[in-house]
Amino acid sequence: MTFDLQEAKREKANINNGKDSRVLTECATCYACEEYCPYGNHPFYLIVERQEEKGLLPSPAPITRQQILMMKPKGTITPMKVTAPVIDMCYFPMLTGSIREPLYENPSIIVGSDVFCNIMWLHFARNSVIRDRLPKVIENIWHFYLRDSGVDELICFHDECYASFTHLASAFNIEVPFRPIHVFEYISGRLDALQGTIKPINAKVAYQRPCSNRLIPEIQHWVDEIFLKIGADRVARTYDRENALCCGQVLRAHQREEMADEIQNRNLDDMKNAGAEYCVFNCPACMATLAEAAAEKGLFPIHLSDLCQIALDGNAPKG
Amino acid sequence: MDNIYEVLSEIVGPEFVSDSPEEKYIYSMDPGTMPACEPDIVVMPGSTEEVQKIVQTANAHRVPVVPMGAGLVLSGLTRALKGGIVLDMKRMNRILEINKLSRYALVEAGTSQGMLQAHLKKHFPDLKHSAPDAPPAATVAGNVCIHGSGHMSHAGGFHSDMLNGLEVVLPTGEVVRIGSCATSAYWFARAPLPDLSGLFLGWAGTTGVITKLAIKLYPNYPYNDVGVFVCEDASIVPDILYQITGTQVAEDVTTWMTPKPDWAAGFMHCNVNYGAKTKQELIWKRNLIRSAVESYIDDKTGGFLPLPSMMKQRFLEVPARQLSLFADVRKGGGFEYVGAIMPVEIFPEAYDLGLDIADKLAVSYSMGCRIIGVNHSMMFFYAYAFNRADPADIARAQGALEETNKRVLDMGGVPWKAEAPAQQEIIRKMDPNTFDMMHRVRSILDPNGIMNPGNWEDN
Repeated sequence: MTFDLQEAKREKANINNGKDSRVLTECATCYACEEYCPYGNHPFYLIVERQEEKGLLPSPAPITRQQILMMKPKGTITPMKVTAPVIDMCYFPMLTGSIREPLYENPSIIVGSDVFCNIMWLHFARNSVIRDRLPKVIENIWHFYLRDSGVDELICFHDECYASFTHLASAFNIEVPFRPIHVFEYISGRLDALQGTIKPINAKVAYQRPCSNRLIPEIQHWVDEIFLKIGADRVARTYDRENALCCGQVLRAHQREEMADEIQNRNLDDMKNAGAEYCVFNCPACMATLAEAAAEKGLFPIHLSDLCQIALDGNAPKG
Repeated sequence: MDNIYEVLSEIVGPEFVSDSPEEKYIYSMDPGTMPACEPDIVVMPGSTEEVQKIVQTANAHRVPVVPMGAGLVLSGLTRALKGGIVLDMKRMNRILEINKLSRYALVEAGTSQGMLQAHLKKHFPDLKHSAPDAPPAATVAGNVCIHGSGHMSHAGGFHSDMLNGLEVVLPTGEVVRIGSCATSAYWFARAPLPDLSGLFLGWAGTTGVITKLAIKLYPNYPYNDVGVFVCEDASIVPDILYQITGTQVAEDVTTWMTPKPDWAAGFMHCNVNYGAKTKQELIWKRNLIRSAVESYIDDKTGGFLPLPSMMKQRFLEVPARQLSLFADVRKGGGFEYVGAIMPVEIFPEAYDLGLDIADKLAVSYSMGCRIIGVNHSMMFFYAYAFNRADPADIARAQGALEETNKRVLDMGGVPWKAEAPAQQEIIRKMDPNTFDMMHRVRSILDPNGIMNPGNWEDN
């Protein structure tokens, strides 16, 4: 979407006043406005709210309904004794192989539909699903795992979960009884503790910043610090940091395939042209979406956690 | 039979003949619901000449002969309904020729889908055949004989449409060749001669024994993709299929509907598989397919699932492994389906029928269809899983199959590879002159009625 200043003001006013706006049908749900807003007024959450009120679905109705059913809590969670650090893998068990020594010290892992943060419904004009499910998810984590184990910190492996618990929850007036810690903060601390064993990567890396990180830009500095600690050189490129591009998966859900192709190519070419050897991810959805295309362009796709493991033990990722 | 056993032993060697109870038990059934029927003897020929001698012997003694590939038809067509000899063709599994430039394969009748697939992959990676979603042990010939379909059926039609030629041992022992191979060393087409292949296709082995066949091969592209279009309204599915197939860029178009897992219930999924020589061509084809259904995407009534490539792999597998998982959903390994050949326009009625029967008879079901040709017809399947160790469960599945067959016929469809009871239902519906002609043709070819008796007979 492109606007001149006058049109931008007019469209924003329309959204504020519950009127029609082309923003509501053209928005790619990249979350960028949420980061750019200097006043913390949550412009993106309002867009999603208005989309839902007006029934303006970014994705076809069957896709939206089926995804909501697919990701619903199964209600199979049972109490489990955990010890710190407790790593929250959200819905995605396929990356649990990344949680291993030496980077993670005696970790407990929680994962599954009942702890799925549900932030993804922002892409589908479904704030109502978040309002419905997120309190229960928080209660599940607290009640089934943390409270009776005497643990009050939760390490969020994904930006999505951390953003849900620190940013989205407060915006939606949902209380969080534990302290969310971003995995980057944990990793950075561990790298300090293991400093003597680090074998610098000595490689140029490009970072794929996920959309949910736009809700929590304050943790971005950890990425730079981690790369510095493992000897990885984060290449300077056009589509990084505040100018990051979407991985494209949400656009495909919105049936905007050609836009997704164009953005993916632009993004990966940018990484390649900047001299990157690795394409580093934190978001599992970004990784699932871009890994193959990155590899085809000659970039080595890897999760940030696994890149750190290589620096520590030289072993290839597992899981 | 003692005398025949000796004669058969002389023809094929004693190690390839058996009348032991355990062998007869195994050959008495297939994985479907039809009751067991034991043969008297099982024999495995190794050549056309041996088949010829076996058929001549059977003819002389008026003993039934039941030709069998892998025995995986599921509808009991290779059971010896009136005893006699089961002719197991598995030893005749040689791949005789792959003609790359004319894109055909000449194989013996016992050649399995898996053997041909592996052979092509190893020696001719640019070529593939249209494999059905059957276990790899299923034979190429068996699937052609039953008018099967597979992963190239949108592009090429029924597997019987992909047939270039046949070698057949007639019930009276003569060997005939049909198609270009009747006059040429090349097995390139059935045209332009009078097409006699119809005498052996869809007859459930009642008109002769196929010993060799040539089938069409297709380009095997290095880049492959699948789009899964989802909607919730069965009434729009025929048009969606019409629009997608109208682009003629897909190789295979299938639908699937299942109540499990929960997220799939009530949704119609339409898989569109396509391949290309380059990534650019693949994207061009994807865009063409998408533009065909753009109006449904724009009004939000349907759209393509956003699947990362790793999640697409199961939809790109040939054969699809998922189907065999469904076969064991009730545990006990029982699985049968009514595959009905129907016009695509009655998809909504066909879907409602499946829901109605599953609800009424409380059976586990899975439904779907494979498009044959450019929406020219569909093979709509109603699959029912059952526990083979539970007679009540078998009876329930049988009931569902019987009712499905009857109602499919009422809708204007025709049950595919019909079980013996379903054949009776079809015969009741069939134009009497057509059935009379079938009977007359069969009498000419098989005057002693030795070929798979009990099938396509008016009870």
